Amino acid sequence: MSQKTFGNAINDALSTAMDMDDTVFIAGEGVGVSIHNDPNMPTYGLLDKFGRRRVKDTPVSEAAIAGLAVGASCMGLRPVVEIMFFPFITLASDMLVNHAGKLRYMSAGKSSFPLTVRVKAGVGFGAGSQHSHNLEAWIAHSPGLKIVWPSNVEDAKGLLLSAIFDPDPVIVVEDMMLYRMKGEVPDADFRTPLGKARVAVPGDDCTVIAYGMALYTAMKAIEPLIEKGIACEVIDLRSLVPLDKTCILESVRKTGRLVVVHEANRFCGFGAELAAMVAEEAFYDLKGPVKRVGAPQIPVPVASSLENAFTPGPEDVVRAVLETINK
Amino acid sequence: MKEKQITPDFQVSLFTRMVLIRTFEEKIVALCRESYQLPGMQILANGQEAVATGVVSALEPEDIIVSNHRSHGHLLARGADLNSLMAEIMAKADGVNCGKAGTLHLSMPEINALMTSTVVGAGPPLAVGVAFAQQYQALNGVTVVFFGDGAAAEGSVHEAMNLSGIWKLPILFICENNGWAGAQRPEEHSAARQIHKRAQGYDMPGHSVDGNDVEAVYHLSLELLEHCRSGKGPAFMETLTYRMRGHGEQDHQHYVNPDELEGWALKCPIIRYRRALLNAGILDNAQIQNIEQEAEARVAAAVAFGDASPYPESDTALTDVFVQAFNA
Repeated sequence: MSQKTFGNAINDALSTAMDMDDTVFIAGEGVGVSIHNDPNMPTYGLLDKFGRRRVKDTPVSEAAIAGLAVGASCMGLRPVVEIMFFPFITLASDMLVNHAGKLRYMSAGKSSFPLTVRVKAGVGFGAGSQHSHNLEAWIAHSPGLKIVWPSNVEDAKGLLLSAIFDPDPVIVVEDMMLYRMKGEVPDADFRTPLGKARVAVPGDDCTVIAYGMALYTAMKAIEPLIEKGIACEVIDLRSLVPLDKTCILESVRKTGRLVVVHEANRFCGFGAELAAMVAEEAFYDLKGPVKRVGAPQIPVPVASSLENAFTPGPEDVVRAVLETINK
Repeated sequence: MKEKQITPDFQVSLFTRMVLIRTFEEKIVALCRESYQLPGMQILANGQEAVATGVVSALEPEDIIVSNHRSHGHLLARGADLNSLMAEIMAKADGVNCGKAGTLHLSMPEINALMTSTVVGAGPPLAVGVAFAQQYQALNGVTVVFFGDGAAAEGSVHEAMNLSGIWKLPILFICENNGWAGAQRPEEHSAARQIHKRAQGYDMPGHSVDGNDVEAVYHLSLELLEHCRSGKGPAFMETLTYRMRGHGEQDHQHYVNPDELEGWALKCPIIRYRRALLNAGILDNAQIQNIEQEAEARVAAAVAFGDASPYPESDTALTDVFVQAFNA
């Protein structure tokens, strides 16, 4: 075990994978030489360690970066490409949605695409809607793509290593607000399995599902609810696709209540899928309405006062839990 | 290595391939006319056989093709099995992609025709990845990507040309300028009419060639492939040809001037080459008839194979999304 920041844990995963397997390479805008020059950034120092053959700075060309990943993975390499900010994935989306996600199917299994896309996400640094826009529901809606979202330092390493060595395309979302968070990380080749959620806090009264940064919003709601005598069970989803339905349904069957929390827009957000899935599969175990906590249907604004109005807070989670319990 | 000196035997093989491609696609035209149950759009390359044949005949076995929606010729020139190709066009279980690809998304890694994309302009960024893998693993192969004059207007094509120029990737870009992007003429979709001149902007050699002259296409391909193979980076070839049919078989070319079509029919690459080989005494009429009859027979057998094949079982619709399946 080592004490590491979230950014260093990602770096550790990349470095471990590249040490283990020469087919792993990284590419993206500034993955070699970055404007940040910050040791907490995920690809810091990798150019020095692995050289220009395996650490590829690219032009500002998201379609070509994603095409690089699709084509190289079809040839048996394991590309790990970075899309600098989540909204920029729109520029890469043809390659991801129409190619990474579909070409294996249309080849009838003749080809496979073991690629990883790292994408930086998050709200809260005043960058506005073209740098902050969580589009996980778009990805999850497209067949053939997996998507995971670590919330802690251990999973930042473990999910990325699993993604890199997974035989299918995986999008790994990194919350930039977590890059400096510290935690203990297992050394060497440590993997968090894809498709496995984690019960972060056990409880009997209401299931709260969150992922990434939103997990901490949910966690901040725990205390005030305990003061009201309500024990929430918080699930860190970790993996949106594949989805750990077993973990979710076991919890909901126990608590009879569900609140889902994410930073993305509530309308047609991933929480809607969770709510619908639970309504279909555990309706008779529910004791109250499923509640969704998410952002209003607006672009992410810049002023911190406006950004705060966009971002769901612990008080929204508390309110949602009280509503489903009817208190 | 391919010979620069073309032998009579090789000339006959070029002619035979072009005849096979034409016969195969004319059969698809006929099947469409008979309201045969061919699914989706049938997008054909009649008139462009010299491009597919000339380029693909210049490839080494390790070279890799990335193709587009007008792919039949590329695949047949590469040696695709006729039966399973026709069965896939009919979307049958014995098709090369088990009915999941149909005519437009054929994927035949077994003949190094690795990927086909019908998203116009998507081939070049895919080719960047394939060629990167060749360079990264020090493989000797070149990636050849086919796209049309219409696709050349896509930003993804420019991104791919730029990136491959920077990294000196072994890609041969083949722009099949067939005079039409849908119903639009080049003057409506290309600011500079000579598309190959864009290559200069990405630091790669760019040439155009008479795309209806199979030997000219072959020779220029050899020259540019050698450039790519020697580590000097990508190259660009614009083949000037003509789309003799509509964008797809549902398009009856109401916007095409019949005189223009007739003019290009006289420049048909197969008629031209037949005449050249006859005049040179390399083939006589009887031999040509044999070649044509053999192509007819092979294509008829492929249709019979496709007819005999069942449609895929509906439960196979749920397989092949992921390598490791899971319940969604």
